[in-house]
Order: sequence, then structure tokens, then C-alpha cells
Amino acid sequence: MSTHSGTGTKATRGLGIIVLLMLIALAFFGLVFSAEDVVQGSTVRIMYVHVPAIWVAYLAFGLTAVCSAVYLSGKNRSLAWDRVAGASGEIGVLFVAVSLVTGSLWGRLTWGTYWVWDARLTSTAFLFITYIGYLAVRRLGGTHRQRARRSSVLALLAIVEIPLVHFSVNMWRSLHQSASVADPNAKVQLDGLMLFSLFLGLFAFTLLFVWLVLHRQRTLQLEDAFADRGLDAAIAARREEAVK
Amino acid sequence: MTNTSLRRRITFAVARKDLRIEWNSRVLVNQVAPFAAIVMVLFAFALDNDGILQRVAPGLVWLATLFSMLVVIQRSFSVESADGALDALRVAGVDPTAIFLGKSIALMVQLFALEALLVGTAFVLYNITMSPAGLVEAFVTMLTATAGLACVGTLYGGLAAGVRGRETLLPLLLLPVVAPVLIGATRAMEAAFGSGGAQVSEGWPWIGLLTVFAVLFIALGSVAFGPLVDE
Repeated sequence: MSTHSGTGTKATRGLGIIVLLMLIALAFFGLVFSAEDVVQGSTVRIMYVHVPAIWVAYLAFGLTAVCSAVYLSGKNRSLAWDRVAGASGEIGVLFVAVSLVTGSLWGRLTWGTYWVWDARLTSTAFLFITYIGYLAVRRLGGTHRQRARRSSVLALLAIVEIPLVHFSVNMWRSLHQSASVADPNAKVQLDGLMLFSLFLGLFAFTLLFVWLVLHRQRTLQLEDAFADRGLDAAIAARREEAVK
Repeated sequence: MTNTSLRRRITFAVARKDLRIEWNSRVLVNQVAPFAAIVMVLFAFALDNDGILQRVAPGLVWLATLFSMLVVIQRSFSVESADGALDALRVAGVDPTAIFLGKSIALMVQLFALEALLVGTAFVLYNITMSPAGLVEAFVTMLTATAGLACVGTLYGGLAAGVRGRETLLPLLLLPVVAPVLIGATRAMEAAFGSGGAQVSEGWPWIGLLTVFAVLFIALGSVAFGPLVDE
């Protein structure tokens, strides 16, 4: 066992510094350098956090699903995949929360209300609750293997049911602003610096996500190792008692 | 014996067992049904207006169904985990897909009875009227919605069975997943009841949604139930 404390390495520390610098740059580009929107005014600046946050959330849940599938299909069923899935799921929940909060602040300024019963908002709320459930299942207890199997199956179920929820809520109602950058038919209406700020945000948040997952899966690994050692110690103690 | 016919026999054996336990214990009749009925009365207290009640009756019927369903699912798995019956079945090498289908069928029968009672209560308490075409539509809605609910309920009920804290976990896992059923079944039932001037024909697309949901979760449950309950 190394005496190394913390979960950082040289590489992650370097990455962390880059992420920090990029976030500072994003703050400047988002708040100072980029212009106000013609229609939305300064509220458009929320977009530089809101859009990257939901992008990271989708990325995170995607990674959770991929790692869960790899865990279930792999021959040796390495728990490392399960831990990455779990770390990614936790961070995804965090970023969905960020996008819900920033989105409702933006809604308050633009639509005059924190919440509207729009299809995309509602299904994002369901996404949030679904993965809170996923995290709750991860904490059910039992062995690491039980946790890994249960949560992997659940993560794959979530990937199937979320489009269905989205589809049905869509059938229910829709009024969200359609995506303006990703739409291939629309000309990109964003001014150059705004677009740059948005992509800077996407890039910075993606790296932040990578940095968070690296650290979180290491703490999860340490938690698992700690639990195993506790069990081994308890077994050894009982054995000793029996020998006496 | 072929695999399929064996699976079918086990499926119906499990379903029969669950229904027989229910028949002998009468938990559904003596506890869940009165609970569902009192929920319908409480809705009337909360909304306190005949016009509103008539308008929202379909939604209330399905909300009451969802809440009661949580109780029924917990009951369905507490009879399994009480004496380690589910573990015994698994250790004996019983096909998990057959267990899943059997328990889903039993749950479906119980939920259907409960829904019929709730619709009847809505007729009496909320002053609903229905055309013959609406009656057929309501019946089909109940059938498709119940199939979906029973499968999804059995799947997540199985996951939550036998672990600490399952009482609080089941609603958290289940309610977000059944949102499409609540949306679809409520809209279809509105068309059947004619609430808010809805036409009967407006309900059929929603029944399509309910059918997709049911088929999807029959398939998903058949595959995923084994790994979920296998400890």
C-alpha cells in the first residue's frame, strides 16, 4: 500500500490547472468580452453555462451506460468499469441540477416564470429524478458485485426508458426554444465571439467532467478497498478468537 | 417437453400461486381497495367542486391507481422475500423470465380489478357518464395501461425486494418510469369519458403509446429481471 495521500497524479493536477484557467477564461469571455444579445440582452450569458452543463450531463449518462454495458458484457467483469459508471452518474446528476437551475433563472428573466410545462424541461426533470434513483440503488449495500450488477442493469434500463419518457412528454406538449446552433437547416445566427464563448464553455466543461470523473472513480476505488480491508480485518479477528 | 411450453407452465404456475395467496389473504380486497376508495374521496375534498372533479376525473383515477399499485407491488414481493421464496425459486433453477411473466400476470389481474373499482367509484362520486364507444375505449385503455404498469412494477419491485430501505426506494424508481402511462392513460380516459368536450376518437393515439410501453417493458423485463434479482 502506498502512503500516497489524495487522488491526484501529475497528469490530473496538470489537467486540473488547465480546467481552472479555461473556466476563468470562460468567465471573462461570457461576462465581459461577448456582446449582449439583440433580443435577450444580458440573459444570453446564462447560455455559456447552461448549454455546456446539459451537454456534460448527457455525456456523463452516456458514459454511465457504456461502462455499465462493458461491465455486464466483459468476461472478467472488472469493478473498475462499475466505478467509472457510478462516478459519471454522480457528476451527471450534478450537472443536470446546474442546467435546471440556470435554465429556470433564464426562464424567469425571459418567459417571466421559473418553470413552464414544456416537453424538454419536463423530461429533463425526469432525467434528474431517474438518475437520483440510480444513485440510490448504488447505495443499497450488499457486496460490490451485487451493487455493480444491479446498477449496471438499471443504467441500461434508464437509457431505454428516457427516450420513451421524452417522446410521451413531447406528445403531451412542446414550446422550448428549438436548438439554434445544432439545427443544420438554420444559418448559425450567433455572432462570432458568442459562438466562441459557447464552444469554449463546452470544451472547458468537458475537461472539467474528465477531471471530476478521474478523481471520483479513484475515491470510489479507495472506498471499495477500505470496505474490503475492514471485512478482512474482521474475519482475521474472529479467526484469532477461535484459535484462542 | 419444449422450453417454451415449460416456460409457459411455470409462468402460469407462478401467476396462480400469487393469485391464490391473494385470494386467501384478501389484502387487495380488505386493505388496498378501501385505501384507493378513500384516496378518491380525499381528491373530492381537495378539489371541492363538481365541475372540476368531472373534468379531472380521468387523471384522478390513474393517480389513485399508481399510488395503490405501489402498495400492491410491495405486497407481491413481501410474500416472496418473507421466507426467502424468491431465492428458493432461483436456487431451484426456475427460469427468471417465467417468474417475471407469472408475477406480472398476477399483478395485472389485481390492478385491473382495482382500476375497475376506481372507475366505478368515479362514476358514482364524480358523476361521470360514458357512451358505448367510450366504454370500449376505456376498457382497451385499462387493458394496455395495466399490462405496462404490471411489467414495470414487477421489474422494479424485484429490484427493490429483499434489500433494506425498499419501502422508500420503490416509488422513487417506479414513478418516473411510469410517467408515459400516466400521460397516455389519462388522455385516453379523458377521450373515453368525454371530459372537457374531448371526442372518443382522440383517445386512440394515446392507446398506441400505452401499447408501445407495454410491449417494451414485457421485453425488457423478460431480459433484465433475472440479473436484477439474482444475488
